[in-house]
Amino acid sequence: MSILIYAEHDNHELKADTLKTVTAAQAIGGDIHLLVAGENCSTVVEQAAKVSGVSKVLVADNAAYKNQLAENVSLLVLELANDYDVIMATALTTGKNFMPRVAALLDVAQISDIIAVESADTFIRPIYAGNAIATVQSLDAKKVITVRATAFDAVATDGSAEVVNLSQATDAGTSSHVSDEFTESERPDLGAASVVISGGRGMQNGENFKLLEGIADKLGAAIGASRAAVDAGFVPNDMQVGQTGKIVAPDLYIAVGISGAIQHLAGMKDSKVIVAINKDAEAPIFQVADYGIVADLFDVLPELESKL
Amino acid sequence: MSSQPLRLVGKLQQAQLEATMKVLVPIKRVIDYNVKVRVKADNSNVDLANVKMAINPFCEIAVEEAVRLKEAGTASEVVVVSIGDKSCQEQLRTALALGADRAIQIDTDANLDSLHVAKLLHKVVEEEQPQLVILGKQSIDSDNNQTGQMLAALTGLPQGTFASKVVVDGEKVNVTREVDGGLQTLALSLPAIVTTDLRLNEPRYASLPNIMKAKRKPLDVKAATDLGVDLTPRTNLLKVTPPAERQAGIVVETVDELVEKLKNEAKVIA
Ligand SMILES: Cc1cc2nc3c(=O)[nH]c(=O)nc-3n(C[C@H](O)[C@H](O)[C@H](O)COP(=O)(O)OP(=O)(O)OC[C@H]3O[C@@H](n4cnc5c(N)ncnc54)[C@H](O)[C@@H]3O)c2cc1C
Repeated sequence: MSILIYAEHDNHELKADTLKTVTAAQAIGGDIHLLVAGENCSTVVEQAAKVSGVSKVLVADNAAYKNQLAENVSLLVLELANDYDVIMATALTTGKNFMPRVAALLDVAQISDIIAVESADTFIRPIYAGNAIATVQSLDAKKVITVRATAFDAVATDGSAEVVNLSQATDAGTSSHVSDEFTESERPDLGAASVVISGGRGMQNGENFKLLEGIADKLGAAIGASRAAVDAGFVPNDMQVGQTGKIVAPDLYIAVGISGAIQHLAGMKDSKVIVAINKDAEAPIFQVADYGIVADLFDVLPELESKL
Repeated sequence: MSSQPLRLVGKLQQAQLEATMKVLVPIKRVIDYNVKVRVKADNSNVDLANVKMAINPFCEIAVEEAVRLKEAGTASEVVVVSIGDKSCQEQLRTALALGADRAIQIDTDANLDSLHVAKLLHKVVEEEQPQLVILGKQSIDSDNNQTGQMLAALTGLPQGTFASKVVVDGEKVNVTREVDGGLQTLALSLPAIVTTDLRLNEPRYASLPNIMKAKRKPLDVKAATDLGVDLTPRTNLLKVTPPAERQAGIVVETVDELVEKLKNEAKVIA
């Protein structure tokens, strides 16, 4: 069995979630290669070569892959696909974007967002916002799979893979990058943080998210939000936790002014310890919380910050 | 000085081009998002008997966006299509009530993978030749997030997934996408495929007169088996189980108690 994993990166840094996708690949078993597609991404290649369990790093360093446009990346992966039985990517926005394109070009039904590997052709994945867990067998000879990173541990980074430079530079010519508007933050990535504190509609406005910042600073936490808080414009979209936002599973998740709709729970209920701060004792968030405080968040947050 | 008439011609051509822009919106019938689904006792699947069904919320956003393009004079026609048995006509009628002009049901009661759906939609795209196809980014039942991208691959068209803003500009469409780091804007040549994210728009409610009007709008039914797509299953659903339930914990009375528990009982803070 040979497995190709698409490395998640931003041309500077290999995303830690890729280390978890490697663990998923090891559960399938086989010779594992990483593909780094980008431009001026040599630091990513260095990091990729150290990922344990990876024997080879394929590098497509070219302007055509700078922004990892789905049209171009999918053609690149298609060209490589012949040599592999399994093609995998992490279920983050880049992988979610181009992988189904690869699957369709290969005439394969993709298995999305797996949380466990039963066997080389059978996988477990959440459906219905995690309210049901499906065991799915792929009947295609080649597998195209995206992986929910929170469900797997990371491999170590003490490997030394061979680095192979590719000459591919396919530009489909139908799409181009215009601009990025990325949120700058000193805090850990939502997906990687061991503590996450999230605010919901109960925060009332964006200004009040400052009340979470002091606590996040003390705990080294990332800050997340519910859809309602993002829709209301309190905070940017990349902070949304949930079924259709980011999936997190930190050691500690603190939900503040969040009711606990199934779509929100889908993104955080695998957290180790959940704390809920909500003034409504009936809020569904308390059904999943290990520790709850029924109180006004504007009283609790300043006190919590001072006592940490 | 001479650039003035030239620009006018450009504008005119653009207006003509835009006036003929057809938008295709594939929609899916799914469980209503407020319903918490239950797994069948025999673990064969989830139980959808007597459960409230609706248009997938992301598909509803797609319909709204297409209708707004028409209201803005950018699109000339909005065609909705759904693949499923007769029951999905209910969702097609809802889409017609929201402002779509005409509907197509691709009739089948087969269990389809996203790949099959994309292949069937590919046939519809070949027939209808839309300039823009707008789909939901994922359906809230299977949570696959595949169909739009697969359709883009099969048609060879560019894609703008997870869109929070769509601006048609002559022969291009600019799509702002919700990505992990924030927002990314791409320019796609038309025809193109767009999939919607939550912030693209807030769908309207269908008014009673529009619901009545929708009953008279055209709804064509085509048999999936007539479209020449191999619908042999590519996946086998072996089992569906309920998720591990979390035990509800305790309510603490004070912040001091909370901090103490987190330190000494849960041991998640120092
Ligand atoms: C297709 C679809 C996808 C979705 N995807 C997501 C997703 O990915 N993530 C997500 O989060 N949601 C998602 N949603 C939305 C979800 O259904 C809920 O609407 C949303 O999560 C509610 O956010 P909230 O809990 O912040 O707001 P509300 O439900 O309004 O809850 C606010 C809570 O704050 C409490 N509160 C108010 N004031 C105070 C105070 N002073 N002190 C203490 N507590 C207070 C209230 O008691 C209440 O419980 C999705 C919905 C749909 C239809």
